[in-house]
Amino acid sequence: MSYRIQGATGEWEVVIGLEVHAQIATEAKLFSGAATAFGAEPNSQVSLVDAAMPGMLPVPNRECIRQAVRTGMAIEAPINAWSRFDRKNYFYADLPQGYQISQLYHPLVGEGSIHIEAGEGAEKRIGIERIHVEQDAGKLMHDQHPTRSYVDLNRSGVALMEIVSRPDMRSPAEAGAYLRKLRAILRYVGSCDGNMEEGSMRADVNVSVRKPGEGFGTRTETKNVNSVRFVMAAIEHEAQRQVDVIEGGGRIVQETRLFDPDSGSTRSMRSKEDAHDYRYFPDPDLPPLVLDDAFLAECRESLPELPDAKRERYISGLGVTAANADVLIAEVSNTRFFEPLVAELARRTGKAEADVARAASNWLASDLFGALNRLGKEIDASPVSPAQGAELLALVADGTLSGTLAKQVFEIMLESGEDPGAIVDARGLKQTSDTGAIEAEIAKVLAANADKVADYRGGKDKLFGFFVGQTMKAMAGKANPAVVNELLKKALDG
Amino acid sequence: MTAPNTLIELGVTELRDGFRAGDFTAREGAEAFNAAVAGGKALNAFIVETPEHALAAADAADAARAAGDVKPLAGVPLGIKDLFCTKGVQTTAASGILGGFVPPYESTVTAKLFAAGAGMLGKLNMDQFAMGSSNETSAFGNVISPWRRNDGGNAPLAPGGSSGGSSAAVAARIVPGATGTDTGGSIRQPAAFTGIAGIKPTYGRCSRWGIVAFASSLDQAGPMARTVKDCAALLEVMSGFDPKDATSLDLPVPNWERLLSSDLKGKRIGIPKEYRVDNMPEEIEALWQKGIAMVRDAGAEIVDVSLPHTRYALPTYYIIAPAEASSNLARYDGVRYGLRDLPDGANLQEMYAATRAEGFGAEVKRRILIGTYVLSAGFYDAYYTQAQKVRALIVRDFEQAFETCDLLLTPTAPSAAFGLGEKSDDPIAMYLNDVFTVPASLAGLPAMSVPAGLDSKGLPLGLQIIGKAFDEQGVLDAGLAIEERAGFTARPGKWW
Repeated sequence: MSYRIQGATGEWEVVIGLEVHAQIATEAKLFSGAATAFGAEPNSQVSLVDAAMPGMLPVPNRECIRQAVRTGMAIEAPINAWSRFDRKNYFYADLPQGYQISQLYHPLVGEGSIHIEAGEGAEKRIGIERIHVEQDAGKLMHDQHPTRSYVDLNRSGVALMEIVSRPDMRSPAEAGAYLRKLRAILRYVGSCDGNMEEGSMRADVNVSVRKPGEGFGTRTETKNVNSVRFVMAAIEHEAQRQVDVIEGGGRIVQETRLFDPDSGSTRSMRSKEDAHDYRYFPDPDLPPLVLDDAFLAECRESLPELPDAKRERYISGLGVTAANADVLIAEVSNTRFFEPLVAELARRTGKAEADVARAASNWLASDLFGALNRLGKEIDASPVSPAQGAELLALVADGTLSGTLAKQVFEIMLESGEDPGAIVDARGLKQTSDTGAIEAEIAKVLAANADKVADYRGGKDKLFGFFVGQTMKAMAGKANPAVVNELLKKALDG
Repeated sequence: MTAPNTLIELGVTELRDGFRAGDFTAREGAEAFNAAVAGGKALNAFIVETPEHALAAADAADAARAAGDVKPLAGVPLGIKDLFCTKGVQTTAASGILGGFVPPYESTVTAKLFAAGAGMLGKLNMDQFAMGSSNETSAFGNVISPWRRNDGGNAPLAPGGSSGGSSAAVAARIVPGATGTDTGGSIRQPAAFTGIAGIKPTYGRCSRWGIVAFASSLDQAGPMARTVKDCAALLEVMSGFDPKDATSLDLPVPNWERLLSSDLKGKRIGIPKEYRVDNMPEEIEALWQKGIAMVRDAGAEIVDVSLPHTRYALPTYYIIAPAEASSNLARYDGVRYGLRDLPDGANLQEMYAATRAEGFGAEVKRRILIGTYVLSAGFYDAYYTQAQKVRALIVRDFEQAFETCDLLLTPTAPSAAFGLGEKSDDPIAMYLNDVFTVPASLAGLPAMSVPAGLDSKGLPLGLQIIGKAFDEQGVLDAGLAIEERAGFTARPGKWW
């Protein structure tokens, strides 16, 4: 189903392109040795270069370049072995140099694409025009003093990748799927932590509307939107606003807009007429960036298995359901839990990974995620480790624990962090298949419920469940249900 | 003991060697030059005097020598151009916008000099942000050349620029040597105007870290001193790879001083015909011919060469240098250091405007305007891109010329020193001073000026030697050959 806005004059199609700024996950800034940690005291992570002291010079940080190259490889884009830095000139108090070092003319990474699933199995490739590397600016603080503004330069000079999509998205859902997939890839590669709330990933949202089949309309750019939800809301609002303007006889002006998360709307910041002339020119402090084959080879070899490949392997190789595979690959942290879980479970049960992966994925996607959700914890902070999870599933596989007992043990694990084996031993939660003990309890249950036995034998089959329940209760839930079933049948029908 | 007035007659290597030989202490040398600096105020060569720095370095050198440790420049006090950031010592680039700025860091070049035992006599006056050829754009008043015409008039003369404090102080013998910087001729032209030697090395030889930037793709530090040998000794210490400067050359620094040789046998020296410019004074042409005879006498073979795009060098330079400067000088905004002019009720834009209007001099503003214009949308290709293409052609001119010769010999400047005020109202006439020095800057080549004679008014004239990239040795050797034959002993009479 195509996303359409119903206007007074008919249906409108939305055209969306995203420019994502992703902070490169490195210890040091792009052109200085200063640190990049989030949340530090204002101006505590500022080198002489970041403060643009007289005579200071930028020197590229190799690790920043490496991470951007690996990201480019992950979106299957060509890497430009020759690229160059340009200066983007404008005055602002958060920009100490009076220019941002960026890459306009010769970006590091060329055209690539990523694959998204925009709900209900709709698959699509979204083109990425380029990735270039640039410096972040500092931050103005207007709430420190009644009449003065302050500047925090901690972010000044932090390395960003600007990832520019093609105008290939046609709905807020596609934009959301693109952002989530891009974030997943960045996290797999390790080039960006993707934490939008900390500002390490933010999007400039380009939106235009048109009648289906027509050429592109005039676009607006909504700057610095910092969550997937807000991006989707901004698109929805901005597209509707544009339709209203056009249908009201107005014209869309190319302009920069701001998203207000409180009202969910966008407002004009500046129009193209008063846009800056950035006077881009090659930064004479920096020779062209030339990457040799050995460097590029190392970047390629160090790439991990990426989401699409992982999904394929989980489904075809491990027999995980498509639904579970989608959940697992969505975050690299899930796969970092799942893969050791499967490996350990296979080791403990002596089976192949493909024979245990489905059970592991089911437990992970339902039990563990359900519990984490309840506890408000991320998988990285799971109180249960992959090894402990595998031990628990192995106890189910070898019949030590029933499903019910396993759930009990799991709850105790969540609370105490103890190993399942230890819990089972200490609390005697082991499932029993001891036929003698079970038969003794069955005899007591049947003796106590002679009337129901008669009814059952008289044809009320449904009472079988009652006898199972009574026997399990008498066994304090520790009886092997299969054995109980078998013995009960024998006792009642025999 | 040597009398102080005798010590200031010594150059860099003479001081160094005399100190090593125990003829005098480093402290005696520093005291002699401190006194000369204090007595030379009429030249206005210094913005800041730092006698305590010179003494501290001298005392350290004396103590180290007593312990058997003699550093390469121990016993040598120097003047430092105010473009070099010096830790704890005011650095302004001779501009009001950096008024009172005291860097908490030391430029790589000065750090190397000080680590080699040199002391600092003070921060030398210069054209504001190194923009100028006469030292008249300094916010601290113009430097006056120690030289005067022999016509009986006392017209104050320009010491050249932008390293005019450096040239005047060395020529007046109030410092034995000085640092300079050269973007389009700012070491060579003032050296020629004041009868001293100065070399701009290959672009990237000296780290630019900690030198206030004018035009990043052109700026190079270099020494200015009375002799070629002194220049070689200083340049050895100032040069070397610096990981803090991405444009720094990662090459070993040769022992230029030890390898100096004025024997030019086997060398081919090119004479570029395009350097014979219109209206060039007869005396300059005569000096050039004298220079040709001198290098031939030293064994060199003379070849005629052509650098066909020479006439485009000056306009190209005056696009590229201002373009880079307009961006490099954006950081002087009143937000973090230096001057801040914040009128009552002013907003950020108004603070920028007031600060920059107040802090920058007229020539700096002129170049910021030119640079902003040539980078503007709609003009960029016609000016900046075109200038970069022409720059590439100029580089190629040199490469082709160096297929048939090893070095080039030209005049350094089209005239002798002019009077202060004579050209300050005519920027184009001022810019033409750089006509012979700018091409080597655009190509990043090593080039030096050596004094070679006097004009009819008794003012010094210089010859320029341009070498292949990295061939500072060839340049210094040819400079030495000229120096030995020119027998330049003239010096300004002391009037200050």
